[in-house]
Amino acid sequence: MHIPDGYLGPVTCGFFYAVMLPIWAAASKIVKRTLQARHAPLLAIGAAFSFVIMMFNLPIPGGSTGHAVGAVLAAILLGPWAGCIAVTVALVVQALLFGDGGITAIGANCFNMAFVEVFAGYYLYRLISGSSPVTSGRRVIAAGIAGYTALNIAALSAAVMFGIQPLLHKTAGGQSLYCPYGLNVAIPMMLGGHLAVFGWIEAIVTALVVKYLQKHDPLLLETGGGAHDENHG
Amino acid sequence: MKTTVKLWWGIAVLIILSPLGLILPARLKAGAAWGEWGLEEIQKLAGYIPRGMAKWSGLWSAPLADYGFGAWAEKGLPRLSLTYIISAALGIIVVAALSFFIGKILSRKGG
Repeated sequence: MHIPDGYLGPVTCGFFYAVMLPIWAAASKIVKRTLQARHAPLLAIGAAFSFVIMMFNLPIPGGSTGHAVGAVLAAILLGPWAGCIAVTVALVVQALLFGDGGITAIGANCFNMAFVEVFAGYYLYRLISGSSPVTSGRRVIAAGIAGYTALNIAALSAAVMFGIQPLLHKTAGGQSLYCPYGLNVAIPMMLGGHLAVFGWIEAIVTALVVKYLQKHDPLLLETGGGAHDENHG
Repeated sequence: MKTTVKLWWGIAVLIILSPLGLILPARLKAGAAWGEWGLEEIQKLAGYIPRGMAKWSGLWSAPLADYGFGAWAEKGLPRLSLTYIISAALGIIVVAALSFFIGKILSRKGG
């Protein structure tokens, strides 16, 4: 899901940088108000986990590869705003140091994985958890469903970005200037892999870590790194 | 906070296991992720190289492109796995240091 340079035209790249700037600003502002110094290590863990889980490329035999993102776990552990910052840091380092995801597409990639997936995952988790106690089995299920669903929503968002390129940029001869595949190809191809394989990994990993924390340190799930909704703080 | 130490151990294990992310796709003959092809692949898949893509795809030369160090990429899966682990560890150190630093700055109250 790391869109490289050259796949999105300047309009799309610029648009998603413009969308992410106020989101990053809001995240800094809200996290500044809610994060406590002792929670900085948790932010580092969320970012590091997301970074490493994205290195586990999984194959669709004979087809393409993909991976989980770990963004929903970061969101559950840190709250959505700090989660957004954690995944952003992972994505920026991946782009700059490892060429994973384009420089021009950092805004777009952060929109998909650090914003859409983080927020969708967080609110799905909260919604399904309801008022259940922090150590309930329902929360493990909630984490799994949130992981699976949010990764797929992020993949759909990336697919739409890919798929609108032929509509936006074409040569006189009808060739695409950037991603050559339209929505009719991009959406089924992106969602296929994520629905069939990668979403399950996101679900299992997210649910397992939540279960582990319930057993060993449920307080971490309760405080959400001290960075949950500001109106709770 | 003892749990954080345990979670770091978990991440260390993931770093060691990370070459699975290379080996499994190679074993099952899976290609690049959808929408992350190089120019040669796109030529084969689409029948042409989109002009804008040709122009922008080489914009950034990452120092550790593809989580490896250039010359070693040709030397087989074991060597590749080692560079992958080193890249994972390096990446984690940078990511953790950066986000820790950001966390410290943001949590400085009254500043």
